[in-house]
Amino acid sequence: MNTDIQASPETMFTETEIGKHKRRIENVMRIFFLVMTSLMIIPLLLIVGYLLYKALPVLSLEFLFTNPKDNMRAGGLWAPFLGTIYLVVVSLLVAAPIGVFAAVYLNEYARESWFTRITNLAVVNLAGVPSIVHALFGVGAFVLFAGLGESILAASLTLAIMTLPVIIASTTEALKAVPMAFREACWNLGATRWQTIRRIVIPNSISGILTGVILQVSRAAGETAPIMFTGAVFYKAIVEGNLFAYNITEQCMALSLHLFTISTQVPDVTEGIPYGTAVVLVGSVLLVNAVSIVLRIYVRTRKKW
Amino acid sequence: MENKIEISDLQVHYGDKSALNGVSFDVHPNEILGIIGPAQSGKTTLLKVINRTLEFTPEATVQGSVKLDGVDIDTIGDVYELRRRIGMVLPLPVGLPLSIYDNVAFAPRTAGLRTKSELDEIVERCLQQAALWDEVKDRLDSLGTKLSGGQQQRLTIARALSHQPEVLCLDEFSIAIDPVTTMRIEDVLKTLQTEMTILLVTNLVQQAKRLANRTAFFLNGDLVEIDTTDVIFSENPANQATYDYVNGTFG
Repeated sequence: MNTDIQASPETMFTETEIGKHKRRIENVMRIFFLVMTSLMIIPLLLIVGYLLYKALPVLSLEFLFTNPKDNMRAGGLWAPFLGTIYLVVVSLLVAAPIGVFAAVYLNEYARESWFTRITNLAVVNLAGVPSIVHALFGVGAFVLFAGLGESILAASLTLAIMTLPVIIASTTEALKAVPMAFREACWNLGATRWQTIRRIVIPNSISGILTGVILQVSRAAGETAPIMFTGAVFYKAIVEGNLFAYNITEQCMALSLHLFTISTQVPDVTEGIPYGTAVVLVGSVLLVNAVSIVLRIYVRTRKKW
Repeated sequence: MENKIEISDLQVHYGDKSALNGVSFDVHPNEILGIIGPAQSGKTTLLKVINRTLEFTPEATVQGSVKLDGVDIDTIGDVYELRRRIGMVLPLPVGLPLSIYDNVAFAPRTAGLRTKSELDEIVERCLQQAALWDEVKDRLDSLGTKLSGGQQQRLTIARALSHQPEVLCLDEFSIAIDPVTTMRIEDVLKTLQTEMTILLVTNLVQQAKRLANRTAFFLNGDLVEIDTTDVIFSENPANQATYDYVNGTFG
């Protein structure tokens, strides 16, 4: 053994210069990343905290279940709240099946070809199109060309077009998370692609697929541009407390548009109402996201491989 | 004696790259045919051609013919039926994310079998044949993916047997499991030989020597030599490369 580098009991654990340097850099970098993370959290906490503080005077169940009154200067949120639920549910009923099944085709059946390459390119690019462009498309395609007029249906279809590419992308991710070896094992056993998909691929990716779909709820609920020309209306009174108060061939109010109008278009609104509207909008979105988080935790505890 | 499989002038290309350059040989019924050779010699490709799963590799092209019981496999209309006639065991154990029972019952069910008693009987027989029954008989409803590697590989073999194949292909089945389990499976294969034909692709030259009736030596997509295992492992096989490979001079 070379005696020059042999460690004596005294020097064995003393830090070298390089070691000190490494440790210092390590600490600096950790703090740097921590600060960046805090910068992300602080605005979120401030926004939610400020909204809650300002909205407290008006927040109540009655606020949620009564229509706006006095030209929207007072009253509650029932019509816009139910309108947003209609828009989100109808758009998901359209976009979720199409998006999920399209992703299954692209990921499980389609071979690499110019068709799939163009489709994938379209999916990526469609996801990046600004929502106001989707709005104009919705006006042209659904309101005018399809003759749906300004209606919940037209607005929902516009939202569906907007959410489709993201649902396809998230479903594809979920499907890719199922190891290829499972599919190969099934094919070797004489299973068709459909049998493989039904018995192995879907059961093991359903949580990821649902999570992706649920996350689209928040996006659809928050958008203003795609609905304001296609079906959302400035003011409309509906029967309070009736979940079926809207007809999907007619227009509806929506939380996002309502927030916009009472903040900028209507003078002398009771002070807490815009903040209350924002809290309800943010709160519903967070509630829906919480569902997807719970779903993911539940699935992680019973992961099968 | 009728040949079980007849392969003539089989060529496979992946894009521009050749994986098998015109291979011809026969497989006899109820023999264990050892297939040895270094990596990239086309062994796995050969198995994928036989059960037509190479069709899942988009850039692969196949020329030449493979006949199973005298019938060209390309003319078999029901490719799923073909795959059920051929059992396939891959290098890495793959327990499907299903219960042990459902793993073994998977292939019979996809073929349309629903009767509980028949499924029970198949599951028990296949797990017995794969030397796994005694270890799992009390927990058939637990997940196949939670078994140890060696157990999962035996589960894979049980699954491959569940569709009653005439030909069992094993692709380096012992690569991820311990020597003791390997020996147990080798004993299983010797027993199975009476019921089916076995193609044993292996990196372990000694494994071919222990088990195979005949051995084929592949190198860079060519079949260098196929003969009885005694000849291949003797002092004078027909080809010098064969001698060098089995004696560890290269590869």
